[in-house]
Amino acid sequence: MSEFYLDILILLDSTLRLATPLVLAALAGLYAERSGIVDIGLEGKMLGSAFAAAAAAAVTGSAWLGLLTGIGASVVLALLHGWVSIHQRGNQIVSGTAINITVAGLAPTLANHWFHLNGQTPLLDGPARFQVITWPWVETIGAVPVIGPLYAEVISGHSAITYLALFTVPLAAWVLYRTRFGLRLRAAGENPEAVDTAGISVYALRYKAMIINGVLCGIAGASLSTALGAAFVRDMSAGKGFLALAAMIFGNWKPVPTLMACLLFGFVDALQGRLQGVDLPLIGEIPFQFTIMLPYIFTVVILAGFVGRIQAPRASGIPYEKE
Amino acid sequence: MAALLSLAPALADDFKPVVIYDLGGKFDRSFNEAAYRGAEMYAKETGGTYRDFEPSNEAQFEQALRRFARRKADLIVAVGISYAVPMRNVAREFPDQMFTVIDAIVEAPNVQSIVFKEHEGSFLVGMIAAMATKSGTVGFIGGMDIPLIRRFAVGYEEGARYVRPDIRLFKNMVGTTGSAWNDPIKGAELANSQYARGADVIFSAAGPTGLGVIQAAADAGKFAIGVDSNQNHIRPGHVLTSMLKRVDLAVARSMKAARNGTWEPGLTVLGLKESGVDYAVDEYNRAFITEAMTARLEEARAKIISGEIIVTDAMADATGTGR
Repeated sequence: MSEFYLDILILLDSTLRLATPLVLAALAGLYAERSGIVDIGLEGKMLGSAFAAAAAAAVTGSAWLGLLTGIGASVVLALLHGWVSIHQRGNQIVSGTAINITVAGLAPTLANHWFHLNGQTPLLDGPARFQVITWPWVETIGAVPVIGPLYAEVISGHSAITYLALFTVPLAAWVLYRTRFGLRLRAAGENPEAVDTAGISVYALRYKAMIINGVLCGIAGASLSTALGAAFVRDMSAGKGFLALAAMIFGNWKPVPTLMACLLFGFVDALQGRLQGVDLPLIGEIPFQFTIMLPYIFTVVILAGFVGRIQAPRASGIPYEKE
Repeated sequence: MAALLSLAPALADDFKPVVIYDLGGKFDRSFNEAAYRGAEMYAKETGGTYRDFEPSNEAQFEQALRRFARRKADLIVAVGISYAVPMRNVAREFPDQMFTVIDAIVEAPNVQSIVFKEHEGSFLVGMIAAMATKSGTVGFIGGMDIPLIRRFAVGYEEGARYVRPDIRLFKNMVGTTGSAWNDPIKGAELANSQYARGADVIFSAAGPTGLGVIQAAADAGKFAIGVDSNQNHIRPGHVLTSMLKRVDLAVARSMKAARNGTWEPGLTVLGLKESGVDYAVDEYNRAFITEAMTARLEEARAKIISGEIIVTDAMADATGTGR
């Protein structure tokens, strides 16, 4: 197998892992915004869930209990944001930012208090962490030229959360476009008065959207600390919540394009790691500083040139007041 | 006379040095934790006490120094290269206050600067990596792209090439901002990529991000090399060795000297000769470091100390100090 092909496979493998938390968080944002709530608190909810999941997994020794705890923490934060945005008609940007800041401080403080590991949680091992799943017949199929390594390197060998993340995309598309709930949810984000006139509660719809948002953000956070990583480290979300928000906008608030955007971001991130210190023909070695810039340059270029008209849900960010 | 004698220990017990950590935090299982252990060592050996402080952002560096200086702390020890500028400013304002700064050089009549020859320690772990690799490929992952980290990288590469001139070496930096120290996910991803491309030993000089590298080593069944503190115990069997930087000794010595009245300002450089840097051998990695390896390492150590081997200092150009 040529080294170039293997390099591509390694990049794709890395892309799937890096995109996992992005896809989940971007879909979480998508549900919220489609129902009419702007959510810049994705980052904070992910971080909160990453902490809760790692802490619970460390104490109970079960990654699944960790995941549930992470989801629980994230849903509580999502409902808090929902309550401020829906019932209190507060400023949604302020509420989201407040969540980000609070969690960034609270999580390491609690971690320090409970585990005395400098705001980290203990390293997870064995069943306390989501292990990679090796698909059947990897040995046999892996020996097949071209397709074999693709199966062995890229498709097999991810954690349950990565496969779950990929599954949530078609699920979101189906829920939003093929179910009555999805139709109403989208209507609540476009024209809440019409929803209300039809006798359907806008508030209830938006709260439901926030619960889904919390669940997805919770899984995203748990993936950071119990699947991709093996402990909670302060600020470990490292801006992924905002990147997810960008991917959602870039994907025009639609599930499949959002997935593509997340995969692109993941790919560029993997690519920049791979390009560091490599001698390219004609150009020579690219300095670290430049390759590290690549993901951001891509984002700006794509958003500026290739996306076309971006159409946000019309009622997004506007609190609904019953007449 | 008797009164004077009884006064002396009372005075010594009043002696309360202060440690101020860098952003990684006190229990980072790496650099700052070494400083903490040094302070504990001082407390144990002298029966004295000390105070410490963990700043939560860079703006607090100067504030903390000034606050402790104003309260007339006996000795203020600041650990981390980021203290260079704050220390210079505050030392000027409090000319009677004793300051010790670790990892940075501040030229002032009341400041003791302690720096390490990380390149010499990195040279030795580079040799270990080159002697242990089966694939003939090793890797390096640095945290933030700063001259100090390049010094690790260059020393490591020279050590590896000293053993195997034809060795393949991958080098990655995590980022160019402070978040590069706290991104274990990115660290693990870069490590996965290097392992997939054939590396079987990776040295990471990246603070908490390095935990991701060690985790990736355990997941891939390969080796990582820890940094600053002894990290061999984090994933036993997958940490080949650790490049020790004896920040603990430096802190303890400086505090004891100040207590005994032998403290002196100026520059102290701790290299192999002064046992300021070393590689770690303990019950977790003794099986990997064979006698033949130890013999070669000790030979190289003697040659470095005698000046027969001169390890390139990547910072010499950057700072112009030529040390």
